[in-house]
Amino acid sequence: MEKIGRFGDFGGQYVPETVMTAVHELEAAYNRYKEDEDFNKELRKLYREYANRPSMLYYAKKMTEDLGGAKIYIKREDLNHTGAHKINNVLGQVLLAKKMGKKRIIAETGAGQHGVATATVCALMGLECEVYMGAEDMKRQSLNVYRMNLLGAKVTGTASGTATLKDAINEAMRDWCSNIDTTFYCIGSVMGPHPYPEMVRDFQKIISEEIKEQLKELEGRLPDCVVACCGGGSNAMGAFYDFIGDESVRLVGAEAAGRGIDTPDTAATISNGSLGIFHGMKSLFLQNEYGQIAPVYSISAGLDYPGIGPEHAYLHSIGRAEYVAVTDEEAVRAFEYLSKTEGIIPAIESAHAVAAAMEIAPDMGRDKILVINLSGRGDKDVYSIARYRGVDLVEQ
Amino acid sequence: MSNRIDICFDTLKKRGEKALITFVTAGDPDMETSERAVLEMFENGADIVELGVPFSDPIAEGPTIQKASLRSLNAGTTLDKIFDLVLKLRQKSDKPLLLMMYINTIYKYGTGRFFEKCRAFGIDGVIVPDMPFEERDEIQSTADEYGIYNINLVAPTSHERVKMIAEQSKGFIYVVSSLGVTGTRKEITTDFDTLLAPLKEGGYAPYCIGFGISTPEQAAGISKHADGVIVGSAIVNIIAQKGNASPKYVGEFVNKLKTAML
Repeated sequence: MEKIGRFGDFGGQYVPETVMTAVHELEAAYNRYKEDEDFNKELRKLYREYANRPSMLYYAKKMTEDLGGAKIYIKREDLNHTGAHKINNVLGQVLLAKKMGKKRIIAETGAGQHGVATATVCALMGLECEVYMGAEDMKRQSLNVYRMNLLGAKVTGTASGTATLKDAINEAMRDWCSNIDTTFYCIGSVMGPHPYPEMVRDFQKIISEEIKEQLKELEGRLPDCVVACCGGGSNAMGAFYDFIGDESVRLVGAEAAGRGIDTPDTAATISNGSLGIFHGMKSLFLQNEYGQIAPVYSISAGLDYPGIGPEHAYLHSIGRAEYVAVTDEEAVRAFEYLSKTEGIIPAIESAHAVAAAMEIAPDMGRDKILVINLSGRGDKDVYSIARYRGVDLVEQ
Repeated sequence: MSNRIDICFDTLKKRGEKALITFVTAGDPDMETSERAVLEMFENGADIVELGVPFSDPIAEGPTIQKASLRSLNAGTTLDKIFDLVLKLRQKSDKPLLLMMYINTIYKYGTGRFFEKCRAFGIDGVIVPDMPFEERDEIQSTADEYGIYNINLVAPTSHERVKMIAEQSKGFIYVVSSLGVTGTRKEITTDFDTLLAPLKEGGYAPYCIGFGISTPEQAAGISKHADGVIVGSAIVNIIAQKGNASPKYVGEFVNKLKTAML
């Protein structure tokens, strides 16, 4: 890493002057607290007693036998409090915000998982919370909107643009510029201006640290492959990070191809994107020849983002991680497959990782080990999967 | 060749006047209207005009300019078509023209190709609200090479950064009046005397205040703190209401602004 806040040429701090002082303050606070013993003790306690960590590493015996290849383990981030890996990052950031004396937390959310996690931790810590969410996503994820309201958060819909995740981030950034003195912006993924990509990764790297430790205990060795879904890329970064130096471990990110990478209805940034500067960072983005950010699409609201975290763009550029594109149809089939085979209903986001694993595992030897990071649970998606299958669920 | 922005501020200083910088989103609602609106503004006292390059995700803009960007993009505006507009304007005016745009537009177009065209077509400076001082290397050396000014911004939160930024500024310094995004404001409460104290030591580029200035009274009041004022959303509002009949009304409004500042 040549420069602070850079992963190769990726990353940086491309934000309006109004927030530069706040970004520097955050950087200084984070650098101070990340080494602070009390802060880390408090965070570990919250992870353990509130978020239900460590999450289990589960041997998926039936899936392994059915696919006939590598031994498959599932990292159960879906069993965390609030049902996804998002809580790891939010506990870290909101605790930091509290130490910094901030009174108000804002966040963006796509599927609603990061919004729910933020609303949850704000309730826990007694902070005001406002979550920006695309109007289209509010429709797709109305259950999560209601959950956030229950938790005491205000959910503000954004109708601009495609009314999805990127528009929610635009609006959160505008709020941040307007309320910089009081407000902490809790970004949900390994994206945005430095120090967010690094800080969010640090709060999520516990996933790969635990996988390593748990697998060592269970199998006495490293995995051969780790698969995770990748929108902005926080669960993937968390699942990859501790293995980056272990060259034998293949790292695979599953992007959302939507209706296919040869159609405009896709969110597969690594497959179809090009270099750009947006949302505070230099990275890969889906955009046109004039740099207008593309309206993206995926069945999964959490992967429906036109960019990817800069560290992923870097890992891709140096060939350390590989990224595959998974269509809506493949993800829905994987969603149903894992439900029936293992009795685990995955988030539609995580189902993209399951689908990628179903392609990869059969080609690996039976002596090999593949870990799927199951980033979230699928209760929130049951309605939309039913809709996708043409089933109309209406509670009377 | 000296930059038109420097010539403009020199002339104003000699006349003892403050600069009036006005803004339209290029291509809102169409290029022909933008051309007439810019010429009306120049004829009615605008000293410098900023052309907004519409971006899909303008994070520094309030609702007024967001909507203008969308109208423009829906009408098919591209950076190349904006350069064509600049070429037409240059046949009729020699006043400074700036592009206000997001960094991705320059980056994707190709920084070298972009600044080469700026010089060839007659653009004098660029304002890039999502490229802070620390990231200026992205364009600075290329902009310098072609003699185009990269206009730096300072904000109410800049504090000790003001001097650092001013030392490296050319053309003028864009002082963001208030926290938040672009858009009209009923009142501006920033303590400019404190914020701008470092600039009063002299030796720096002129500084102009923008964001939220929407009436002749505000323009007159705020201009006392600086070398000029920047008015954007209030003009874009007129264009939103009057469409392709707007240039006449824009001209009248600009005239009132300038008169109030004299």
